[in-house]
This record gives sequence, C-alpha cells and structure tokens, in this order.
Amino acid sequence: MKKFILDLIVTDNTFLQENFVLLKLTSELPLPEMKPGQFAELRIDGSPTTFLRRPISINFVDRQRNEIWFSIHIIGEGTKWLSLLPIGSKLNVLLPLGNGFSLPETPSDKPLLIGGGIGIAPLLFLGEQLSKQGNKPTFILGARGSNDLLQLEDFSRYGDVYVTTEDASYGEKGFVTQHSILNKVNFDRIYSCGPKPMMIAVAKYAKSKSIFCEVSLDNMMACGVGACLCCVENTKDGHLCVCKEGPVFNINQLLWQI
Amino acid sequence: MADLNVNIGELKFKNPVMTASGTFGYGEEFSDFVDLERIGGIIVKGTTIHKREGNPYPRMAETPSGMLNAVGLQNKGVDYFVKEIYPRIKNINTNIIVNVSGSSIEDYVQTAEIINELVNIPAIELNISCPNVKQGGMTFGVSPVASAKVVKAVRSVYKKTLIVKLTPNVTDVAEIARAVEANGADSVSLINTLLGMAIDVEKQCPVLSTITGGLSGPAVKPIALRMVWQVANAVKIPVIGLGGIMNWKDAVEFLLAGATAIQIGTANFIDPSVTTKVIDGINDYLDRRNYKSVKDIIGALSV
Repeated sequence: MKKFILDLIVTDNTFLQENFVLLKLTSELPLPEMKPGQFAELRIDGSPTTFLRRPISINFVDRQRNEIWFSIHIIGEGTKWLSLLPIGSKLNVLLPLGNGFSLPETPSDKPLLIGGGIGIAPLLFLGEQLSKQGNKPTFILGARGSNDLLQLEDFSRYGDVYVTTEDASYGEKGFVTQHSILNKVNFDRIYSCGPKPMMIAVAKYAKSKSIFCEVSLDNMMACGVGACLCCVENTKDGHLCVCKEGPVFNINQLLWQI
Repeated sequence: MADLNVNIGELKFKNPVMTASGTFGYGEEFSDFVDLERIGGIIVKGTTIHKREGNPYPRMAETPSGMLNAVGLQNKGVDYFVKEIYPRIKNINTNIIVNVSGSSIEDYVQTAEIINELVNIPAIELNISCPNVKQGGMTFGVSPVASAKVVKAVRSVYKKTLIVKLTPNVTDVAEIARAVEANGADSVSLINTLLGMAIDVEKQCPVLSTITGGLSGPAVKPIALRMVWQVANAVKIPVIGLGGIMNWKDAVEFLLAGATAIQIGTANFIDPSVTTKVIDGINDYLDRRNYKSVKDIIGALSV
C-alpha cells in the first residue's frame, strides 16, 4: 500500500480519561486507504527531550467526516505534546504503515478481539471493519480500573463488549484471559493487542484451543518504514521489523514461550 | 539554478547529497516519499560476507536531540544482496553505493571483490567504524595501523571508487584519515556514530541490550563538523561529511568546513523526504548568493 506524508488538521483533541486523549485529524483531500492494525508515525515538534516520531495505531477511520482517530495514552513528553495540540493546528503524519490484521475470508460470528490498556485502540477500527463485512465480533477489554477504560460505547456499536478490571471497579475482576465468556463461547479467531504479558497469555489460550490468533506488537521504533532495523522481533524467520513486517504477527510466527 | 555536480574520486554526483548507510534501507523503503533519482547518492545498508541477525532487541533509545542505536549490522549477506536486492535497485538513476563491513580483513576483501563485479555499483563505502559489533568494525577504525591494513587489502581487489567511513571514537581522526589516504582510499566519510549509553532508572539497567550504542542525530553535529574540518585540512582526497544534518543549513556548514559532499542519516526518520529539501535548500542558498557552482563553497570557510 502506498504510504503518504500528510499535514493533517486537528478537528478534536479530547481527554477520554485523565491520561488518555482521543485525537481526531482531517485532511482537505480524501484520506488514503487504511487497514485495521496499521499505524501512523506522528511528528513531535518543539519538545527538547523528544526527537523521534511517535508510532500510534489507527483507532478509527470515519470516512463520512474524512477523519482519522488516534487514541493516545499520555506516558511521556511526546504523547503529552500530542495531547495539547489545539483544534485547527497541523500535525505531520506518515501513514499507513505496517500490515493490518487478516480478516476472515468468509464471515464468522465467533471472532474475539482481546485488548488491554491502550492496546484496545486498534481493535475499534478492526471491530468496525469486521462488522461491516458481516462478522459478529466479541470484545474483551481489560484495564487496571474503570478510570482506564476507553470508548466502551463506540465498541458496543460493533459487537458484544465484556470488560475486566484488575481492581474490580468495572466488569469482572481480573485479567482478560480470566473472563467467564471464554468458558461459554467457542471463538474461532482471536485478535489481540495490549501489554506483552497479556498478549502472551492470550496466545497461550489460543494455542491450547488451536484457534487462529494474531497479535499486534509495539516494539520501540524509529523510522517506521523498515529502514533502521531498530524495532525487531525475533521470529521463526529471524529478526523482523515490527514496523514493516508487523506490527501484526500470527502467534505461530513468534518465538514466545507459549 | 546553480551547478550542483561534485566528484568523489572519478565518480560524478549530480548533487552533493547522499543518504547515510543504515538510515535509508535500500532506497525502496522511501520511494513513496521521495524521488530517489533526485538524490546524489544512496548508500545502502551495511553488507557483510555472511548473513547477520544483528543484536538482540532493544536496539534503540531516544535521547535529547538524537538517538542511540545498536543494530549490529543486521543484513542478509552479500550473496542475497547480489541476487535479490541489486536487480531491484540497479536501475535507479543515481549512484548506488554499498557500505561494506566485516569481522576480518578477509571478510572485507571477499565482499568488496563480489561488489566490484556489479556494473551499476560505482563505489563502496568501507565501514571500519561500526561501534555495535564485537569483532571488526570499529576495532579497525580506531587504529591507524589496522585502518591502513584493511584499506590496503581492499584497494588491491576493488577497482572502483573507494570511500572509507571513519569513526569519531578516536583521539586524532586526522591521523586515521591520513593513514587511509596513504593506502589508496579515494575519499573518507565521517562521522560514524559516537559511542554512548542510556539507562532506565526504574529498572536500573541499560536501555540497550548491548549496554552501549552509537549516538546520532543533531546532538552530534558540532563534533562531526569539527572532525570534518580537521580531516579536510589534513588530507587531499575529498571528504564526505555527515553527523546530525537535519536541513540545508547544516549541510552548507559541512560544505564550508571542507566537505565535498554530505550524507543525511537520522533525519530520514523524522522527515523521509528531507533529502530533496536539503538539495533544494543548498541550491537556493547558492542562487541567493550568486554562486555558479556548489564547488565554490567547498572549504570556503574564512577563519
């Protein structure tokens, strides 16, 4: 897919929770084709301690409003700078980068999307696309507590939403892989994004049930296009760039101890 | 429109702007963002005789005005380059230069011999300055004697333009440059990255799997500029300057300091189209100041 450098315009930048913003950007021209699971590199200007772009997954593409959404966890200077962008300002963006999730060839009513923390971000776009193609996605979304849960209403538009929190402040207490729905439904595909220990737990579950499973990785990255070879993941095919050969990998390709 | 042509040895470049090895892949990665044929030269990823997996992750740390990397020359080896990559890039109308690295003199010589046979590769950049490999790399580049030895050996088999990439991790870079010049190098390029380190204070451990790595980006530019100036005053062969160049102004500084050409590295990660912006910026500067040729400002620094 052709990649673009675009100066996009901020249409909205709203706090979803204390440390999370939803940044919406638009363009005068129609936004390029993008797939769920792909990401963008957002340029950070004017911060003395940051230097590189920030790789952020595509949260949603609203074709009617010609908007792209980024759900951003504020964890450092770069993401803080992004959270302060005023409406109407311009942001330089490289997109779409990487490969997306593989959508089923024939519609399924049993795809499961499991996300944790800010890792739930790309699952909204994936859920919408799955739903649009006639699938019936189920979401299990995990967070530390109810103050870390994002966009639940948006998710519920595309499928059933189940929640786990570590402090029991919302949904079932515990981790996503402990949710009771897993004992009730036989899912046939699993897509996951979140903290690595969570994805490893998801991958173990998928492997034990022989379910197709893709995970999206977020290794530390510089160029975003496969040139610098910094973000590599060790795989059955050697060191692969998460930015170019990923960020989505089938769990069978990875060398995780599952 | 000023004349932007420069020569490195017998090789002509349409303009003095090249991409630094390891920051621009094989050029293809950037073809959506920039017209590759406008760039003076593309120096492709460091290539070794055998395939290398490179160092374990994590290999990168962001630092103020720069970054550390510890990739460790990951590449699929020279045979893969010849069979798979060369056919795809050989017809890009610019100077495609291969950065050659190795663990021993034999490695360098064998790789250079193979690249010598590739018609559309008019030059190699001999990397005796990689800080991220245990054997070879920088261990050659920090010693005038070892540098001289490897350059002499490669010169005896490599018939085209031979550029030697120098490390800044030395006391006297001019001494190394003179040793390299005396043994047949057509040009020197500098600087490779500066050895650096970053620590995660919460985990109380190094950020990089290799503990130390190479620092690049605007943080290193003043050091690079100083070394280019020193080397340009010490040798007769053309100097290619690099280290933290982010825009045309940085590039002009290197040209004034005595560089015949420049390379853009880490800036490609921030703006993948930066190379053509730098070319345009150099041209505008020359036009504005009524220079007919970029050669008129090379080493034109008044002190």
